[in-house]
Amino acid sequence: MQTGDLRPIVVALMLGATAVPAHAATIQIVMENLVVSPAAASAKVGDTIEWVNKDILAHTATARNGDFDVTIPPKQTATLVLKKAGDVAYYCRFHPNMKATLAIAP
Amino acid sequence: MFIRCGAALAAMTLLSGGALAESAKLTDPQIAHIAYTAGVIDIAAAKQAETKASNKDVKAFAADMVRDHEAVNKQALELVKKLNVKPEDNDTSKALSKQAADKLAELGKLNGAAFDKAYVANEVAYHKTVNSALETQLIPSASNAELKDLLKTGLKIFQGHEQHAEHVAAELK
Repeated sequence: MQTGDLRPIVVALMLGATAVPAHAATIQIVMENLVVSPAAASAKVGDTIEWVNKDILAHTATARNGDFDVTIPPKQTATLVLKKAGDVAYYCRFHPNMKATLAIAP
Repeated sequence: MFIRCGAALAAMTLLSGGALAESAKLTDPQIAHIAYTAGVIDIAAAKQAETKASNKDVKAFAADMVRDHEAVNKQALELVKKLNVKPEDNDTSKALSKQAADKLAELGKLNGAAFDKAYVANEVAYHKTVNSALETQLIPSASNAELKDLLKTGLKIFQGHEQHAEHVAAELK
Protein backbone atom coordinates (compact mmCIF):
# COMPACT_ATOMS: atom_id res chain seq x y z
CA MET A 1 0.00 0.00 0.00
CA GLN A 2 2.62 2.49 1.07
CA THR A 3 5.04 1.53 -1.68
CA GLY A 4 2.21 1.96 -4.19
CA ASP A 5 1.69 5.51 -2.95
CA LEU A 6 5.35 6.36 -3.34
CA ARG A 7 5.68 5.12 -6.90
CA PRO A 8 4.46 8.31 -8.65
CA ILE A 9 6.84 10.35 -6.53
CA VAL A 10 9.76 8.15 -7.51
CA VAL A 11 8.79 8.47 -11.15
CA ALA A 12 8.53 12.23 -10.79
CA LEU A 13 11.95 12.41 -9.15
CA MET A 14 13.48 10.35 -11.92
CA LEU A 15 11.92 12.57 -14.55
CA GLY A 16 13.15 15.59 -12.69
CA ALA A 17 16.62 14.16 -12.42
CA THR A 18 16.84 13.54 -16.14
CA ALA A 19 15.12 16.79 -17.10
CA VAL A 20 17.48 19.11 -15.23
CA PRO A 21 20.72 18.39 -17.12
CA ALA A 22 18.86 18.50 -20.44
CA HIS A 23 17.48 21.96 -19.70
CA ALA A 24 19.22 24.56 -21.84
CA ALA A 25 20.62 27.65 -20.18
CA THR A 26 20.53 31.23 -21.36
CA ILE A 27 23.85 33.01 -21.15
CA GLN A 28 23.82 36.76 -21.17
CA ILE A 29 26.70 38.71 -22.70
CA VAL A 30 26.67 42.49 -22.48
CA MET A 31 28.06 44.92 -25.04
CA GLU A 32 28.54 48.31 -23.46
CA ASN A 33 30.84 51.17 -24.41
CA LEU A 34 32.28 48.96 -27.12
CA VAL A 35 33.35 46.30 -24.65
CA VAL A 36 32.06 42.71 -24.63
CA SER A 37 31.66 41.19 -21.18
CA PRO A 38 32.38 38.57 -20.33
CA ALA A 39 35.01 38.49 -23.05
CA ALA A 40 35.32 34.75 -22.52
CA ALA A 41 32.12 32.78 -21.93
CA SER A 42 31.39 29.07 -21.67
CA ALA A 43 28.24 27.34 -22.86
CA LYS A 44 26.89 24.04 -24.13
CA VAL A 45 25.29 23.02 -27.37
CA GLY A 46 21.57 23.82 -27.02
CA ASP A 47 22.18 26.84 -24.78
CA THR A 48 21.00 30.24 -25.85
CA ILE A 49 23.38 33.17 -26.02
CA GLU A 50 21.72 36.48 -25.37
CA TRP A 51 23.73 39.51 -26.46
CA VAL A 52 22.53 42.69 -24.80
CA ASN A 53 23.63 45.80 -26.66
CA LYS A 54 23.53 48.76 -24.26
CA ASP A 55 25.22 51.09 -26.73
CA ILE A 56 23.62 53.66 -29.03
CA LEU A 57 25.42 51.92 -31.90
CA ALA A 58 24.66 48.74 -33.78
CA HIS A 59 26.98 45.81 -33.06
CA THR A 60 27.45 42.34 -34.48
CA ALA A 61 28.62 39.07 -33.00
CA THR A 62 30.45 37.57 -35.94
CA ALA A 63 32.22 34.23 -35.63
CA ARG A 64 35.65 34.15 -37.23
CA ASN A 65 34.98 30.59 -38.39
CA GLY A 66 31.73 31.65 -40.06
CA ASP A 67 29.44 29.75 -37.65
CA PHE A 68 27.28 32.77 -36.86
CA ASP A 69 26.83 36.43 -37.69
CA VAL A 70 24.28 38.09 -35.43
CA THR A 71 23.41 41.79 -35.66
CA ILE A 72 22.36 43.49 -32.43
CA PRO A 73 20.67 46.86 -33.07
CA PRO A 74 21.28 49.75 -30.65
CA LYS A 75 19.71 49.25 -27.21
CA GLN A 76 18.43 45.82 -28.18
CA THR A 77 19.01 42.16 -27.47
CA ALA A 78 19.64 39.37 -29.95
CA THR A 79 19.76 35.65 -29.26
CA LEU A 80 21.38 32.62 -30.80
CA VAL A 81 20.88 28.94 -29.99
CA LEU A 82 24.21 27.14 -30.10
CA LYS A 83 24.22 24.18 -32.48
CA LYS A 84 27.88 23.20 -32.71
CA ALA A 85 30.59 22.57 -30.13
CA GLY A 86 33.98 24.21 -30.26
CA ASP A 87 35.95 27.26 -29.23
CA VAL A 88 34.69 30.15 -31.30
CA ALA A 89 36.34 33.55 -31.50
CA TYR A 90 33.94 36.30 -32.51
CA TYR A 91 34.07 40.05 -33.02
CA CYS A 92 31.97 43.02 -34.06
CA ARG A 93 32.24 43.67 -37.79
CA PHE A 94 31.47 47.36 -37.25
CA HIS A 95 33.96 47.76 -34.39
CA PRO A 96 36.71 45.19 -34.94
CA ASN A 97 38.26 46.08 -31.59
CA MET A 98 35.38 44.31 -29.88
CA LYS A 99 36.57 40.74 -29.53
CA ALA A 100 35.38 37.80 -27.44
CA THR A 101 35.35 34.02 -27.29
CA LEU A 102 32.78 31.33 -26.66
CA ALA A 103 33.82 27.90 -25.42
CA ILE A 104 30.98 25.63 -26.50
CA ALA A 105 30.93 22.18 -24.93
CA PRO A 106 29.05 19.30 -26.67
CA MET B 1 50.70 65.28 -45.60
CA PHE B 2 51.85 68.77 -44.63
CA ILE B 3 48.48 70.18 -45.50
CA ARG B 4 46.77 67.52 -43.41
CA CYS B 5 49.02 68.07 -40.39
CA GLY B 6 48.67 71.79 -40.82
CA ALA B 7 44.89 71.52 -40.74
CA ALA B 8 45.00 69.25 -37.73
CA LEU B 9 47.34 71.61 -35.94
CA ALA B 10 45.18 74.60 -36.77
CA ALA B 11 42.16 72.86 -35.33
CA MET B 12 44.13 71.86 -32.26
CA THR B 13 45.36 75.40 -31.74
CA LEU B 14 41.83 76.70 -31.99
CA LEU B 15 40.50 74.08 -29.66
CA SER B 16 43.31 74.31 -27.17
CA GLY B 17 43.19 78.03 -26.65
CA GLY B 18 44.14 80.27 -29.53
CA ALA B 19 40.98 81.93 -30.78
CA LEU B 20 39.04 80.89 -27.74
CA ALA B 21 41.55 81.87 -25.10
CA GLU B 22 39.83 85.10 -24.13
CA SER B 23 36.42 83.46 -23.77
CA ALA B 24 38.03 81.29 -21.04
CA LYS B 25 35.58 78.43 -21.32
CA LEU B 26 33.40 76.96 -24.02
CA THR B 27 29.70 77.06 -23.26
CA ASP B 28 27.47 74.00 -23.57
CA PRO B 29 25.69 75.38 -26.69
CA GLN B 30 29.12 75.88 -28.31
CA ILE B 31 30.37 72.45 -27.24
CA ALA B 32 27.24 70.81 -28.63
CA HIS B 33 27.76 72.65 -31.91
CA ILE B 34 31.42 71.64 -32.18
CA ALA B 35 30.71 67.98 -31.39
CA TYR B 36 27.83 67.83 -33.84
CA THR B 37 29.85 69.58 -36.55
CA ALA B 38 32.73 67.17 -36.05
CA GLY B 39 30.30 64.31 -36.67
CA VAL B 40 28.78 65.91 -39.76
CA ILE B 41 32.28 66.38 -41.19
CA ASP B 42 33.17 62.73 -40.76
CA ILE B 43 29.86 61.62 -42.28
CA ALA B 44 30.51 63.80 -45.35
CA ALA B 45 34.02 62.38 -45.69
CA ALA B 46 32.69 58.83 -45.33
CA LYS B 47 29.98 59.39 -47.93
CA GLN B 48 32.62 60.60 -50.36
CA ALA B 49 34.67 57.49 -49.56
CA GLU B 50 31.70 55.19 -50.03
CA THR B 51 31.47 56.32 -53.65
CA LYS B 52 35.20 56.77 -54.36
CA ALA B 53 37.00 54.07 -52.40
CA SER B 54 38.11 50.93 -54.20
CA ASN B 55 39.43 48.80 -51.33
CA LYS B 56 36.67 46.80 -49.64
CA ASP B 57 38.01 47.39 -46.11
CA VAL B 58 38.08 51.12 -46.77
CA LYS B 59 34.50 51.01 -48.07
CA ALA B 60 33.41 49.02 -45.00
CA PHE B 61 35.21 51.47 -42.72
CA ALA B 62 33.43 54.37 -44.42
CA ALA B 63 30.07 52.64 -43.92
CA ASP B 64 30.96 52.15 -40.23
CA MET B 65 31.70 55.87 -39.92
CA VAL B 66 28.37 56.87 -41.45
CA ARG B 67 26.45 54.43 -39.22
CA ASP B 68 28.20 55.40 -35.97
CA HIS B 69 28.44 59.15 -36.44
CA GLU B 70 24.80 59.33 -37.51
CA ALA B 71 23.84 57.37 -34.39
CA VAL B 72 25.87 59.65 -32.12
CA ASN B 73 24.58 62.82 -33.77
CA LYS B 74 21.00 61.54 -33.47
CA GLN B 75 21.60 61.16 -29.73
CA ALA B 76 23.14 64.62 -29.61
CA LEU B 77 20.10 66.15 -31.32
CA GLU B 78 17.75 64.36 -28.95
CA LEU B 79 19.77 65.59 -25.99
CA VAL B 80 19.92 69.25 -27.01
CA LYS B 81 16.17 69.11 -27.65
CA LYS B 82 15.56 67.59 -24.23
CA LEU B 83 17.84 70.11 -22.52
CA ASN B 84 16.37 72.92 -24.59
CA VAL B 85 19.85 73.96 -25.65
CA LYS B 86 20.31 75.67 -28.98
CA PRO B 87 23.68 74.69 -30.48
CA GLU B 88 25.64 77.84 -31.11
CA ASP B 89 27.96 78.32 -34.07
CA ASN B 90 31.45 79.48 -33.11
CA ASP B 91 34.96 79.96 -34.46
CA THR B 92 36.04 76.39 -33.76
CA SER B 93 33.06 74.94 -35.64
CA LYS B 94 33.68 77.35 -38.50
CA ALA B 95 37.38 76.46 -38.68
CA LEU B 96 36.59 72.74 -38.59
CA SER B 97 34.04 73.09 -41.40
CA LYS B 98 36.39 75.15 -43.54
CA GLN B 99 39.23 72.65 -43.18
CA ALA B 100 36.86 69.79 -43.89
CA ALA B 101 35.60 71.44 -47.07
CA ASP B 102 39.20 71.91 -48.25
CA LYS B 103 40.01 68.30 -47.43
CA LEU B 104 36.93 67.04 -49.26
CA ALA B 105 37.99 69.00 -52.36
CA GLU B 106 41.57 67.73 -52.07
CA LEU B 107 40.49 64.10 -51.71
CA GLY B 108 37.97 64.59 -54.51
CA LYS B 109 40.88 64.95 -56.94
CA LEU B 110 42.34 61.57 -56.01
CA ASN B 111 41.29 58.17 -57.27
CA GLY B 112 41.86 54.48 -56.68
CA ALA B 113 44.50 53.41 -54.18
CA ALA B 114 45.74 56.99 -53.79
CA PHE B 115 42.29 58.06 -52.61
CA ASP B 116 41.98 55.09 -50.25
CA LYS B 117 45.30 55.86 -48.60
CA ALA B 118 44.68 59.58 -48.29
CA TYR B 119 41.15 59.10 -46.92
CA VAL B 120 42.24 56.60 -44.27
CA ALA B 121 45.30 58.65 -43.30
CA ASN B 122 43.06 61.67 -42.86
CA GLU B 123 40.62 59.62 -40.78
CA VAL B 124 43.45 58.67 -38.43
CA ALA B 125 44.59 62.29 -38.13
CA TYR B 126 41.06 63.67 -37.85
CA HIS B 127 39.97 61.26 -35.12
CA LYS B 128 43.21 61.97 -33.24
CA THR B 129 42.45 65.70 -33.36
CA VAL B 130 38.82 65.33 -32.35
CA ASN B 131 39.57 62.83 -29.59
CA SER B 132 42.25 65.05 -28.16
CA ALA B 133 39.88 68.03 -28.26
CA LEU B 134 37.17 65.98 -26.55
CA GLU B 135 39.54 64.83 -23.86
CA THR B 136 41.28 68.09 -23.08
CA GLN B 137 38.68 70.73 -24.01
CA LEU B 138 35.13 69.68 -24.66
CA ILE B 139 34.56 67.13 -21.88
CA PRO B 140 36.23 69.20 -19.12
CA SER B 141 34.35 72.33 -20.26
CA ALA B 142 30.89 70.77 -20.47
CA SER B 143 28.67 71.85 -17.57
CA ASN B 144 25.63 69.68 -18.11
CA ALA B 145 26.14 66.13 -16.81
CA GLU B 146 24.18 64.49 -19.64
CA LEU B 147 26.13 66.39 -22.27
CA LYS B 148 29.37 65.40 -20.54
CA ASP B 149 28.25 61.76 -20.53
CA LEU B 150 27.39 61.79 -24.22
CA LEU B 151 30.76 63.35 -25.02
CA LYS B 152 32.47 60.64 -22.98
CA THR B 153 30.53 57.96 -24.84
CA GLY B 154 31.50 59.68 -28.08
CA LEU B 155 35.15 59.67 -27.07
CA LYS B 156 35.07 55.90 -26.45
CA ILE B 157 33.44 55.34 -29.83
CA PHE B 158 35.83 57.65 -31.67
CA GLN B 159 38.89 56.13 -29.99
CA GLY B 160 37.65 52.85 -31.45
CA HIS B 161 37.40 54.56 -34.85
CA GLU B 162 40.94 55.89 -34.53
CA GLN B 163 42.28 52.39 -33.86
CA HIS B 164 40.13 50.94 -36.61
CA ALA B 165 41.42 53.57 -39.04
CA GLU B 166 45.01 52.85 -37.99
CA HIS B 167 44.41 49.16 -38.59
CA VAL B 168 42.96 49.79 -42.06
CA ALA B 169 45.86 52.16 -42.84
CA ALA B 170 48.39 49.49 -41.84
CA GLU B 171 46.65 46.93 -44.07
CA LEU B 172 46.86 49.28 -47.06
CA LYS B 173 50.63 49.51 -46.88
